[in-house]
Amino acid sequence: MGVGIEVTNLNAWYGANHAIQDINLNIPANHATALIGPSGCGKSTFVRCLNRMHETIPGARVTGSVIIGDLDIYKDIKPVEIRRRVGMVFQRPNPFPTMSIYDNVAAGLKLNGYSNRHVLDEIVERSLKNSALWDEVKDNLKKESGASLSGGQQQRLCIARALAVDPEVLLMDEPASALDPVSTSKIEDLIFQLKAQYTIVIVTHNMQQAARVAEKTGFFLNGRMVEFDSTDKIFTNPSDKRTEDYITGRFG
Amino acid sequence: MNVRVPEIRLSKLQFQTEPAQQNGENHVKAVSAEAAQIRAYLLSRGNSAIADRGFRWLMVLCALSIFGIVVLIATQLVVRSKLAWAQFGLDFFYKVFIDPNTHKPMYWDPVNGHFSALPFIYGTLVSSFLALLLAVPLAIGVAVFLTEMCPQSLRAPLAFITELLAAIPSVIYGFWAYIVLVPLLRDHLNPWLIKGFGWSGFFGDDNPTGLGFLAAGIVLAIMILPIISSLTREVMTAVPQSQREAVLALGATRWEMIRVGVLRNARIGIVGAIILGLGRALGETMAVTMVIGNSPEIQRSLLANGSTMSAVIANEFAEASGDLHLSALMELGLALFIVTIIVNAFARLLVWAVTRGEPSRAG
Amino acid sequence: MRARIRALTDGAATGLAVLATVLVVAPLVAIFAYLIYKGASSLSWAFFVETPKPVGEVGGGMANAILGSAILLGVGSLIGVPVGIAGGIFLAEFGRGTKLANAVRFTADVLNGVPSIVMGIAVYSLIVVPQGHFSAFSGGVALGIMMVPTVCRTTEEMLLMVPNSVREAALALGVPNWRSVLAITLKTASPGIITGCMLAFARVAGETAPLIFTAFGNVGWNTRLNEPMAALPLQIYVYALSPYDDWHRLAWAGSLVLIVLIVLAVSLVRYVTSRGVLKGAS
Repeated sequence: MGVGIEVTNLNAWYGANHAIQDINLNIPANHATALIGPSGCGKSTFVRCLNRMHETIPGARVTGSVIIGDLDIYKDIKPVEIRRRVGMVFQRPNPFPTMSIYDNVAAGLKLNGYSNRHVLDEIVERSLKNSALWDEVKDNLKKESGASLSGGQQQRLCIARALAVDPEVLLMDEPASALDPVSTSKIEDLIFQLKAQYTIVIVTHNMQQAARVAEKTGFFLNGRMVEFDSTDKIFTNPSDKRTEDYITGRFG
Repeated sequence: MNVRVPEIRLSKLQFQTEPAQQNGENHVKAVSAEAAQIRAYLLSRGNSAIADRGFRWLMVLCALSIFGIVVLIATQLVVRSKLAWAQFGLDFFYKVFIDPNTHKPMYWDPVNGHFSALPFIYGTLVSSFLALLLAVPLAIGVAVFLTEMCPQSLRAPLAFITELLAAIPSVIYGFWAYIVLVPLLRDHLNPWLIKGFGWSGFFGDDNPTGLGFLAAGIVLAIMILPIISSLTREVMTAVPQSQREAVLALGATRWEMIRVGVLRNARIGIVGAIILGLGRALGETMAVTMVIGNSPEIQRSLLANGSTMSAVIANEFAEASGDLHLSALMELGLALFIVTIIVNAFARLLVWAVTRGEPSRAG
Repeated sequence: MRARIRALTDGAATGLAVLATVLVVAPLVAIFAYLIYKGASSLSWAFFVETPKPVGEVGGGMANAILGSAILLGVGSLIGVPVGIAGGIFLAEFGRGTKLANAVRFTADVLNGVPSIVMGIAVYSLIVVPQGHFSAFSGGVALGIMMVPTVCRTTEEMLLMVPNSVREAALALGVPNWRSVLAITLKTASPGIITGCMLAFARVAGETAPLIFTAFGNVGWNTRLNEPMAALPLQIYVYALSPYDDWHRLAWAGSLVLIVLIVLAVSLVRYVTSRGVLKGAS
């Protein structure tokens, strides 16, 4: 089951660049929440603050609090621990090039010391099924490398890899933007099914995508969150004029 | 704020539609007990801070070993040359003992304990500069040809061949030079040089062996050529294409384009490449000691026998007679160490200035 | 008129460049051909399995030198490769952009230019003198410290070629950093890193100077690290300068073997790097 995320007064910098400012919001558990906004508005930065990936960049800084479940992730635990509970799927699929499909999915477990063969087999199968890739690869799990799949398949592989560690939250940074429409719709279907088990935060450029998969949507602009509400309301009756301008295509 | 929103909006969209029914086995079997524990297992793994820190320190230590090696070499050489330093001081490098009986300089006399670095400094400089004289024009010519003139199909094999030149061990060069080059000089080139240019004083006729500075210079030239050539090619390729195009657009011939658009821009790097070649020539040991004649004398004639700092160490170290002899050799080694470090550092700086060091390539 | 001079200069420059290339390539090919000819005619099965015969007797081989070189290179690699790779990992993964890393990189490059004979006498002073005797161990150490800077730099270069997306993927999974660097980043770059090690190996295999006062050479069989050991380049040196034709013959054979091994290594390196070091990682 997923958990909720409570963000309070979050600010983040790249060196002197104040990338996101005073973000406050509550992301509900077991829901899909979409973050939309024009390029460079800070939505990717925000999402990377949720699993402490932002601070891996030299010169990056974060203030404020992010509470996932009941843990303040900046105070109570170390980055490597939070990343086992909050999974991430990136914009460009990045399977490990030297590993087979099986090893890719199992990477999060094997590289953390887990070695029970039977359980690993079960988890790999379950994760691949959950990411709708099982049928296509079940005969070649150990023979084919992760890099030999198509783009859409690779991204689903990355999703399976993220799911294998049984996270509570799944962050997706424009997961379908590098894919063709067929793969995109497969992934959107996936998100729809997954949100019953996980809390999903998805950054997207594509407003229709947000409308299709998310219950709540947040609109980011210039590092601030302008509006955060149910998707329905954002797209039919936004409270802020800037939101309306964005979704009607006046900019962005 | 209830806005009147124009019709081109998303109100027609169906929200939260159910996805098309999936076929296949994508529904999930019951989760086994162990699998359900995965989350708990991962939570128990801790943050591996100690392992990470330990690993990082190990890597740092190994990187610092590079400094350690330099320090190690320096300290060993300094300690072992103390004896000679105490005995001769700085005079070692520029003074020489004159035998009161013959009024001749005794540069290197292990029997009587007179040691001077002069003949070896002289030999090193002469052989190295001779090598540069021969190698630089050829190396730059090859580089220009390969970079700007060579047809694409020939480029890779020719470049490969020049690289192979660099891979041949010094001792094999020396062996070949001893068996082939030296007799060639002895029988053909040297007599011709003596006849034609003997008046200059650079080609004396009292060494009929074919060994000597000229032989060493030629072998060294062959050995440093690939380095100078490949580095020159590197800095030439680093010159942006736009520079070449700009000159060509002004109506220049190909040579003018090369001269003005490429060589002029790359000249700092080319100087660096030459100095790197010099650095290599200064320290080259085996090939030199096999053909230079190993005689600690200073002679004007290029055809005379001589010695270099590295050659005398290779020649005499194993049978050094006495601590002072050994210490003098160590001091030569120390001088060689310092000189090659300075020359190489200077050269690297020049090359980096042009190619901007190693660009970080992370994607 | 000016145009004619310019055209002539252009032609002359081209001619000179071609001449230079010919002057460089032709002797090399000639040297190679000569070495192959002399070496091949001296090569026999005996060369690989017999030890040198006493002076005056015909025949014999350099089996002990071949084995000795292998052992010395083994010891050297044991020291040089792990330290070098670790240094490269530091430069690429932990120290990127720091002043320390720049200093290490610069020093490694400069160290590569230090004459090998200086390394030899330094190790002589460090190990041979306190021990009181020449040994294969000291020879291995000398070769090892020569390998460290080369391996370090090539490892760094190869690691820098691994795209950052791979590192991020590992980090985002909550994999400990040390595990990610070893099992993922290093593994991805391993073809290139192995290539770099082969290059260092080939370079050091032909070195004579550092061995003259450490391993010293040995006319008989020796596999013990604590005693002087023969090495192929060392043996070639001794035989080349000797006055005996038979020993010259052996030296040619040895030279051929050495050259073939080195050329094979260099060609292999070229082949691997030209094919694209990181298959599928982009």
